[in-house]
Amino acid sequence: MEIPYTVQVRPDTGLYNAKLGIWLFLASEAMLFGGLFSAYVLLRTGDPGWQSEALNVPMAMLNTMILITSSVTVVLGWASLRLGDFKKFRLYFGLTFLLACGFMVVKAFEYSAEFEHHLYPATNNFMGIYFTLTAVHGLHVLGGMVVVAYLLGPGAKMWNSEPEHFTNRVETFGLYWHFVDLVWIFLFPSLYLL
Amino acid sequence: MSAHTPEEIRKETRTYIVVFAALATLTVITVVVSYLDLPTGAAVFVALFIALIKGSLVVAYFMHLIDEQRVIYAILLFTLVLFIVIFALPAGNFADQLRVD
Repeated sequence: MEIPYTVQVRPDTGLYNAKLGIWLFLASEAMLFGGLFSAYVLLRTGDPGWQSEALNVPMAMLNTMILITSSVTVVLGWASLRLGDFKKFRLYFGLTFLLACGFMVVKAFEYSAEFEHHLYPATNNFMGIYFTLTAVHGLHVLGGMVVVAYLLGPGAKMWNSEPEHFTNRVETFGLYWHFVDLVWIFLFPSLYLL
Repeated sequence: MSAHTPEEIRKETRTYIVVFAALATLTVITVVVSYLDLPTGAAVFVALFIALIKGSLVVAYFMHLIDEQRVIYAILLFTLVLFIVIFALPAGNFADQLRVD
């Protein structure tokens, strides 16, 4: 059975189905992170002994730059497909994968430095919410890496048989990836700078 | 919706690069401002204001929400309302605490 509206636009929504689906998913993701940010505000305003630990700002800034750059490589990859240039898509998505690896490596260095300084999730409220927010975000980066690997690997075959469908898959992944970037844009100042 | 002619797509690509430059610049500004030792209230305002600008750029251009179908705006409006509710919940606790203090 053929899945309807993977390429064609559905007349009533004006969208192909996957695009509507990813936006609904992102709405639920916004509530997930909204709940966690809300917990952060609750802890910060409700804990008289609140103390932010000095985290590694240059490393977090580097990670911010990495994620922003990866968002650009994703949109450029998508634009390349729309121009019919699969080689460039592979280049941009390869870069995206490397940048995501870079993000995780920097995060791993940060975590290990924090453990060395005996800063654990149970150390205080700040470290508790810091590890929760950054770990949930990191899992989203890892999930994105799996999708990028699929789109570069076995999933890429679709470009030969159904190029428009493949382009739409890349677009929907891009929406997810930009959301992950968006979350970090708010995590960075909230946890590292304030 | 997304443009279709190659020229329009190339134009969009140039916009992505400009947005990227803006995001990188704003990131540097956020960090520089954080070293100015502003009072807490002002520091929170400035940091979140810059984050809001950066977030808007990502959503508007990379997620192309600047030119999207109405059904998506409707979903996001509904999400925004619930998002505000979830943020209003700690406010009750905060008010309680002020009363206790």
